[in-house]
Amino acid sequence: MPLKLSNLKIGDSFSEQICKNLSRTQIVQYAGASGDFNPIHHDQLYTEQIAGYPSVFAHGMLTMGMTGKMLTNRVGVGRLTSFGVRFTAQVFPGATLTATATVSNIRQENGMDIVDLNVSTVDEEGIQVISGNASAILDP
Amino acid sequence: MAVKRFPIEAGHVMTFARAIGDNNPAYFDGAATNEGEDRIIMSPPTFVEASAHFDPDYLLRPKIGEDWFGSGETPTGKSSSKKDQRGSDKYSNGLHAEQRYIYHKNLRVGDVLSAITRPGKTWEKVGKRGGKLTFSELITEYRDQNNELVITATMVGVSTERAATSKEE
Repeated sequence: MPLKLSNLKIGDSFSEQICKNLSRTQIVQYAGASGDFNPIHHDQLYTEQIAGYPSVFAHGMLTMGMTGKMLTNRVGVGRLTSFGVRFTAQVFPGATLTATATVSNIRQENGMDIVDLNVSTVDEEGIQVISGNASAILDP
Repeated sequence: MAVKRFPIEAGHVMTFARAIGDNNPAYFDGAATNEGEDRIIMSPPTFVEASAHFDPDYLLRPKIGEDWFGSGETPTGKSSSKKDQRGSDKYSNGLHAEQRYIYHKNLRVGDVLSAITRPGKTWEKVGKRGGKLTFSELITEYRDQNNELVITATMVGVSTERAATSKEE
């Protein structure tokens, strides 16, 4: 259900657990769907011995995609006008992630009511893995 | 990147939605609609990343008949019985730093996109863990079958002098 202007105020916040105990298989699933087969996301031998990382880790875009799920669950599908993130830490297998959106502004643009959101995704230790923002069209 | 034709297909949207753990019915073939309405399947906000499948030159996909830089018989993909001079770690010091989308129109199953990428800004920073960091933007415009702009995507990549990871500290 799209968000309604009448039900919203600055400071409101929405959270959702977007993955629990992230599996290597889900990372592989994302590689297949997205087409990004960089071995650092699924190939432990290459990642440890050649690339120099302790483990394979999730595509940043998998974390952004899961964070987008939290947004569309709250603002509605087809409502976003922008969505941008910085990847602030790597996400390793086993991670449990929670994404939060906080209303930072409510404004009008081209005759439409728009909500601006600060977006943050953290892991089970509270380490932020995504920091960003999004804007979405509101219903009256 | 230049993608001449990126058809938005129901099965592809379904597999992408599953991969990001999103079971919103709007992304599936059985999408719920009101009686009498045409069924419209939407795409998740980051779905255009899957245009990589339609980029013939995309570097991070094994190509039929070509060597791959991931592991096989050895960690590098090189055969232990041959001398192979390929730089097998040439992609491993690049990471995705930022991603931004501006949505101009909704993207739906049945649309056919094309995409053209141009370089944006480049800058440098000294990182805590990875030495010198070089950032560069790539800006991609996705247009539909009517040549209308659907999504503008900006990817910021960062290359590091050595592997950077938060779990080592």
